[in-house]
Amino acid sequence: MTETMKHTLLFVFVGVMILAEGATDFLFFSGSWNSALVILNMGLISAIMAIGVNIQWGFAGLFNVGIMGFTALGGLAVVLVSTPVIPAAWSSGGVSIVMALVMGALTVVSAVMITKFMPAGKLRMLVLSAVMIVGFIVYRAIFDPAVGSVEAINPALHGNIGGLGLPVLLAWPAGGLLAAGAAWLIGKTALGLRSDYLAIATLGIAEIIIAVLKNEDWLSRGVKNVVGLPRPLPYEVDLQSDPSFVERAASWGMDPVTASTVYVKAGYALMFTMVLLALLWMAQMALKSPWGRMMRAIRDNETAAEAMGKDVTRRHLQIFVLGSAICGIAGAMMTTLDSQMTPGTYNPLRFTFLIWVMVIVGGSGNNFGAVLGGMLIWFFWIKVEPMGILLMELVTAGMAEGSALKAHLLESASHMRLFTMGLILLLVLRFSPRGLIPEK
Amino acid sequence: MDLLNALVALTNFVLVPGLAYGSQLALGALGVTLIYGILRFSNFAHGDTMAFGAMVTILITWAFQSMGLSAGVLPTALLALPFGILGAIALVLLTDRTVYRFYREQKAKPVIFVMVSLGVMFMMNGIVRFIIGPGDQRFADGERFIIKARTFKQMTGLNEGLAIKTTQGITVITAIIVVAVLFWFLNKTRTGKSMRAYSDNEDLALLSGINPERVVMYTWMIVAALATIAGVLYGLDKSFKPFTYFQLLLPIFASAIVGGLGNPIGAIAGGFIIAFSEVTITYAWKKVLTYGLPDSLAPDGLVQLLSTDYKFAVSFAILIVVLLFKPTGLFKGKAV
Repeated sequence: MTETMKHTLLFVFVGVMILAEGATDFLFFSGSWNSALVILNMGLISAIMAIGVNIQWGFAGLFNVGIMGFTALGGLAVVLVSTPVIPAAWSSGGVSIVMALVMGALTVVSAVMITKFMPAGKLRMLVLSAVMIVGFIVYRAIFDPAVGSVEAINPALHGNIGGLGLPVLLAWPAGGLLAAGAAWLIGKTALGLRSDYLAIATLGIAEIIIAVLKNEDWLSRGVKNVVGLPRPLPYEVDLQSDPSFVERAASWGMDPVTASTVYVKAGYALMFTMVLLALLWMAQMALKSPWGRMMRAIRDNETAAEAMGKDVTRRHLQIFVLGSAICGIAGAMMTTLDSQMTPGTYNPLRFTFLIWVMVIVGGSGNNFGAVLGGMLIWFFWIKVEPMGILLMELVTAGMAEGSALKAHLLESASHMRLFTMGLILLLVLRFSPRGLIPEK
Repeated sequence: MDLLNALVALTNFVLVPGLAYGSQLALGALGVTLIYGILRFSNFAHGDTMAFGAMVTILITWAFQSMGLSAGVLPTALLALPFGILGAIALVLLTDRTVYRFYREQKAKPVIFVMVSLGVMFMMNGIVRFIIGPGDQRFADGERFIIKARTFKQMTGLNEGLAIKTTQGITVITAIIVVAVLFWFLNKTRTGKSMRAYSDNEDLALLSGINPERVVMYTWMIVAALATIAGVLYGLDKSFKPFTYFQLLLPIFASAIVGGLGNPIGAIAGGFIIAFSEVTITYAWKKVLTYGLPDSLAPDGLVQLLSTDYKFAVSFAILIVVLLFKPTGLFKGKAV
């Protein structure tokens, strides 16, 4: 049982780190329970994303570098599901926008049909281009005026089509569905080709999703951001004005402000833990099932699996959609936690490549490894900055006060993050390619 | 109808920027395609190699400027370029020794190489941000324009001006020289021939006594030089910002794949295809069409197919179409 002991100890280590963050302000710890819970919450979300990526990479060997895009789609789902309905937007142009989008989809579908069912040749090219051009012109003709009228409605506050006004928790599965849809489209085109191509295709789709979110103001207000999204938990101010809560806080020996912030964050932590455990359980069951064994067989030798009658491309598509859906759920949870949608903050280094570091360090192919990697790497991602500043203070301690080099070094210490993450990734790949908790 | 003015407007807003951007993409895609041909993986660290080379060049340029050294009408960066190339070569050879060589000896799968290149990308990105910071840096000096719009108007008496920036001229000329030298090297020299042999058939090349480590070393040196030149030209033409270089990865990969990964001619063609599609699809054609069409047909709107923010979508769409219909690229690359 030494293996299990070792792995349990690793989890205990992460737990102790987060507890220490709350309890002491020694070295780089901040000594604030709020900060500890912030790290824990994002760590849990990162762990869920890592499970999604681990399903794709660890189970099936698919190299997806578009995690950012699926995360952002999850965020979009929160806006579309939970923000209040804006009747004016629907009466002025919302219906036309939906119609235009349906038109666009129909154009693409008919183009696909034409390529499928017409014999190759000049005629097909002609019909195809005619359908595409006419479809595009009609789409723009319906779409542009509708967008203009929707964006004109109270632009300081809305200017978008709003949402469905449903409970925000429903947005989590909706985020998964949205991401799954996008993953199906991209998988349909890029799977079955070389592994590098999927990487480049997903890198591209992620950039495009972010570009759409930034520029389509009618959808999610673009870079004007959607703030004040509904929350599944009460607001801190409401708690502070609630006499029974203040009384309870007093009985715990905390002042109401700290108590309310900690209470809300702990509530989120509880909800996220439940989602994480459910997904972890499902992923474990899937891994152990015949389906999971087939996936690993495909990963280890595609040709052999194909010879045994397995439809490799179909299975790849299936698992690609599943993994992306989990990233979408995590993205929706993250936007709920922030209670705002800020398309400008999505950065591939943070939302795609960092998740990869988590999966590789944790142990690809092992779900518990992914969870551990998610929590551990997130802790370091937050803490590398204060660590770097400590290190730089140590290095520059002997330098003359006010020297330009010293100032530059201290100022740039915050950029140590990317360097450290790259270094960790390379070291793990080189010396322990199976990760902290290797695949069984 | 005024065809001459339409032509000038077209040249000014589409042809010249497209040519300059296409040359930059072509140089970048050549680097990606060479790595793919010889080392057989997609190098995600390429954008950051470009950023590193450009950064060294910028630092040397600033040093030259403070010493009062300049190249007259040309940007000082051209004098600093060789030093930037040397810096980038040192960096990529160091990464090859410390990182990639281990996996070559292991005969690791290509996807492992890609993942390793992600780690390298992170570290290079960190180094660049650490040294020069994440912000915008301008380092272009010398004469700004070859032809100014106003001078052109006075010279020709046309309504439309034509402006050609020095950096655009330099970009195109440098690209032509670099490509010519590269093809001469690949086709005429012994090392170049051994590189092509190694790329075509590794085992056969090894049997005929080609030293693989030497081939790999030369490849990295050429790639570092190409990346630095592309990075400096892009930085001169637009501006230097580490994150933009990372984002250039997508159009560069698209160029290399559209042309056919592993095929140098394809990389150049791909670069121009991607650049011109981006420029033409995101350009508002109102002006050109108003001049070019009879008055009755003149458009009311901007006639812009997509807003400029979607230029990534254009390279991506082309990439998808090529992947669907001709996965080996237009010029018969290696990958399927």
